[in-house]
Amino acid sequence: MALKTKYDVIIIGSGPAGLAAAVAAKKEGAEDVLIVERDKELGGILLQCIHNGFGLETFKEDMPGPSYAQRFAQEALSLGVETLPDAMVLDVTSTRHLYAIGKWSGLVDLEARAIVLSMGCRERTRPQIRIPGTRPAGVYTAGTAQRFVNVEGWMPGKRFVILGSGDIGMIMARRLTFEGAKVERVLEIMPFLTGLTRNYVQCLLDYNIPLQLGHTVKRILGNHRVEAIEAVRVDAKWNPIPGTEEVIPCDTLLLSVGLTPENELSKKAGVLIDPVTGGPFVDEGMQTNVPGIFAAGNVVHVYDLVDWVTEAGYLAGRSAARFAIAERKRATGQVKLQAGDNVRYVVPQVMDREALAQSGQRLQMRVVKPIEEKVWVEIMDGQNLVARKGQRYARPGEMVTVDLPQKAYDAVQKADHLTVRVVKRGGE
Amino acid sequence: MAEEITKLICITCPMGCALQVTHDGKMVTKVEGSQCKKGVAYGEAEIKDPRRMVTSTVRVAGGGHPLVAVYTAAPIPKPLIFDLLAELRQVELHAPVKMGQVVVENALGTGVNVVASRDLPVA
Amino acid sequence: MTDKQYDVIIIGAGVVGAMIARTLSRYKLDILLIEKDADVCMGASAANTAIVHAGYDPPPGSLKALMNVTGNRMWDTLAGELNFPFERRGDYVVAVGQEELPKLDELYQAGIKNGVPGMLMLGGDEVRRREPNINPEVSGALWASTGGICDPFAVVIAAAENAVVNGVTVMLETACQGFVIEGQRIVGVKTNRGTFRCRWAINAAGLYSDVVMHEAGLRPEFKITPRKGEYYVFDRAEITINNVLFPVPTKVSKGILVTTTVHGNTIIGPNAQDVEDKEDRAVTAAGLDEIWQGAVKLVPKLSLRQVIAVFAGLRPAGNGECTTPGVNYKHDFVIEIPQQVSGLVNLGGIESPGLTSSPAIAERVVELLKDAGEKLVEKRDWNPIRNARPRFRDLPREEQKLLIRNDPRYGRIVCRCESVTEGEIVAEIHAPVPVRTYDALKRRTWLGTGRCQGGFDTPRVVEILARELGVSPQEITKKGPGSQFLMRRTKAVEPEEARSVSQRQDRGGPNGEV
Repeated sequence: MALKTKYDVIIIGSGPAGLAAAVAAKKEGAEDVLIVERDKELGGILLQCIHNGFGLETFKEDMPGPSYAQRFAQEALSLGVETLPDAMVLDVTSTRHLYAIGKWSGLVDLEARAIVLSMGCRERTRPQIRIPGTRPAGVYTAGTAQRFVNVEGWMPGKRFVILGSGDIGMIMARRLTFEGAKVERVLEIMPFLTGLTRNYVQCLLDYNIPLQLGHTVKRILGNHRVEAIEAVRVDAKWNPIPGTEEVIPCDTLLLSVGLTPENELSKKAGVLIDPVTGGPFVDEGMQTNVPGIFAAGNVVHVYDLVDWVTEAGYLAGRSAARFAIAERKRATGQVKLQAGDNVRYVVPQVMDREALAQSGQRLQMRVVKPIEEKVWVEIMDGQNLVARKGQRYARPGEMVTVDLPQKAYDAVQKADHLTVRVVKRGGE
Repeated sequence: MAEEITKLICITCPMGCALQVTHDGKMVTKVEGSQCKKGVAYGEAEIKDPRRMVTSTVRVAGGGHPLVAVYTAAPIPKPLIFDLLAELRQVELHAPVKMGQVVVENALGTGVNVVASRDLPVA
Repeated sequence: MTDKQYDVIIIGAGVVGAMIARTLSRYKLDILLIEKDADVCMGASAANTAIVHAGYDPPPGSLKALMNVTGNRMWDTLAGELNFPFERRGDYVVAVGQEELPKLDELYQAGIKNGVPGMLMLGGDEVRRREPNINPEVSGALWASTGGICDPFAVVIAAAENAVVNGVTVMLETACQGFVIEGQRIVGVKTNRGTFRCRWAINAAGLYSDVVMHEAGLRPEFKITPRKGEYYVFDRAEITINNVLFPVPTKVSKGILVTTTVHGNTIIGPNAQDVEDKEDRAVTAAGLDEIWQGAVKLVPKLSLRQVIAVFAGLRPAGNGECTTPGVNYKHDFVIEIPQQVSGLVNLGGIESPGLTSSPAIAERVVELLKDAGEKLVEKRDWNPIRNARPRFRDLPREEQKLLIRNDPRYGRIVCRCESVTEGEIVAEIHAPVPVRTYDALKRRTWLGTGRCQGGFDTPRVVEILARELGVSPQEITKKGPGSQFLMRRTKAVEPEEARSVSQRQDRGGPNGEV
């Protein structure tokens, strides 16, 4: 696929937010819409969420993640959305330039009239919660384990302890059990469940996987591979209660301890981040503080149901498309004024094509070299003369002006750009 | 059989009411604790005929990935879950796979098909 | 015994062993460098503050002091030849409050005695100007301008690679299990991969240097006490420390520092806790708390929310006595050719300032060999230059484009947080010192060290390693045997697993207690 250099809307990330934004942008009338996706296929995190529960609001159906993704991907492609998969965006600027790198596209330089940031979240890591102990193989975040089990086809362990009763952790508890592993325990530091009750019932209770609220991992044991974790009960301030330690033999610790919106690119573009959500400040149209840069989905704040992500994606996509269309109009509605023969510069450099409907416009310039004879100051559309004025001489030290009269309105509508030149009058 | 009370959490809606179902193993005499009719129906169903949607993966040869996600088109009886999973482990599809394609027909005689969750083209 | 006769066998590929190997590779010698772990640089060299010390700290007259100051001078040339990141930014020993100021003076005097050039005493205002985030109670600092920071992994890997390119053989996962001694002479080294003959063995075994020298019947009283130090690493973007900040030191250690690294992160640590087990690198709640308290004393603005990584290192603290007459110091470097048994160069207790001293230690080993009558003939074609492989994220756009055009694998980003490409990873796997593990790649490319700590890159790196090494992904390890990432294929459920799993579900119907 041949990439253009400039798009109406470029969307970063093809998870549910990005796909919805692409569909909505197209439907709203954006001409070129491009999705840049780091994986080799569209769908984002949905591709590894093989469980049901998606689409209850959007389609009034209960379907697995990959199906939800495929529906949107197919709709986007059928609407003519372009895609650049296997490509990572390295930089986004506040002037809406994007630099991406892809195995087959190489380093690409793209420009967009509007950008939608939909990069999703990353998972909280072990060092961020400072679990003491050794650093063996076998400590994974739940999402990474999910990728291994569901997409790559590998089991990262046989006996698991899961820290965190969030949905990802509980879903993985069931998933691992389904694939023959033993989930010994789920530990949750809060005194309450942090995920959905239905997941507690259908992932833990159904398979007799014990959940301990008010517990956490005191330390990890095992030099090369996890050999056990030491669980401990905590008080209201999350301090371990001495004497309540229990060593649970296992070979893998899964962490499901929170998500952080992935805003490294947003920051590069000058987008202001709300320290409470970890995502951009956005207005009612999902626009950030940077004009033309929009954001949707988990990159803004962490959602629970994908259907609301889709809604946000639609909103951002529509807003982005409207912004892009207005940008297009503004740009085509302007004619460039350029310096021609013997003219160093012309001011103004651009003019609204409708300006002549109001009144004539005066152009100001300086010449490069003096001409001590009669001169024409001419406004040209290519070889065609649009307007001119005669002067007795032209000197660099003295500003020169020429008026573009209202009767030049039609000529200005047709012209791609106008050139101003100063030439000797004799022998034209 | 003697009467017993089983405690359940209803999952029909996010409320998660704690139910107490009085039954004799087959017949449900009472469902307490629900705030609506759906809870009663859930309590009864969980005793008489608990069913679950099952999602998993099956092996694929020649596709862009070694596995494709599959799911039961309707809930199947809970006691059959692990038998179904064992059967799915024996399955090997050949790419290309189409979303909605029937992977196992009438799984374990339940009348429910197992279908593919997505397309998986040839690698 | 094998037939292969080496001139020199170096035991241990940390910074000391690697530097000795590289230095000796200048001469016409057959050299074998053995390392018990799965990669070079996995011992003390792997977990430290990465500082090239100025040298005011070791006791005047000690071998530590001599090696430190001599070694410090060699780093600009070394970094230029071996192409590793090194910056001579100067260190600050910071006094908080008036009571700490006299100690700065003591250090200054010691520095003068040790021959440390370029030291300056700064007032509190000047320190605050140079380091705006520092504790406002800072009363002054000793600024040692010859202090620097480096990437210790890059140093060891570069030295080892340069050694290999110049003819040294490196054998990983090869542990010294004893010596072959004939008469009073060591003539061979026994390892788990067989016995190798040598004319000289060099003990550079770091934490295990005591075990190795005891195998040779030497210094029964010499003991390595592993001294654990814990560290926090902070997110690059969140806090900026410009310099290397030491507190006023204690008897046991240089104290808990706050320092910037050559990669731009801020790290704090280490504490100092003696442990028994030479492999105990567990981080502890108490240790982390201790380093935190120490660090906020220097930089109150630090926040735990900015932590992205945690680790612990072990220092090989020895009890070698200083041999300089009149100097009463019981924890000096041991660098000697012993009397009791010949054919051995014995090093022990190379804790801090070991990294800084390493090039000087290597030269000293050369001197000792010469003094012992070894004829060292220089190679005519010795190449001191080792070129670093391109780091994609540091290149200007035009060079990035060129790199990708020549090899599209540089166009695929594998570690998102640190912008590490597949091309770089493949290049490291096939570099002169073989890479077989995830952590080895991490040390070389910095993948997995960013905000997501490997969450995104791990499955991709496992796949690339398996492909490039021609093995199943199941065999790929984090750091050597026993640390495999994956246990089996998702669908290859063993019969006992399947049985026990279905039993779990059959215990009656659902229950409802939370």
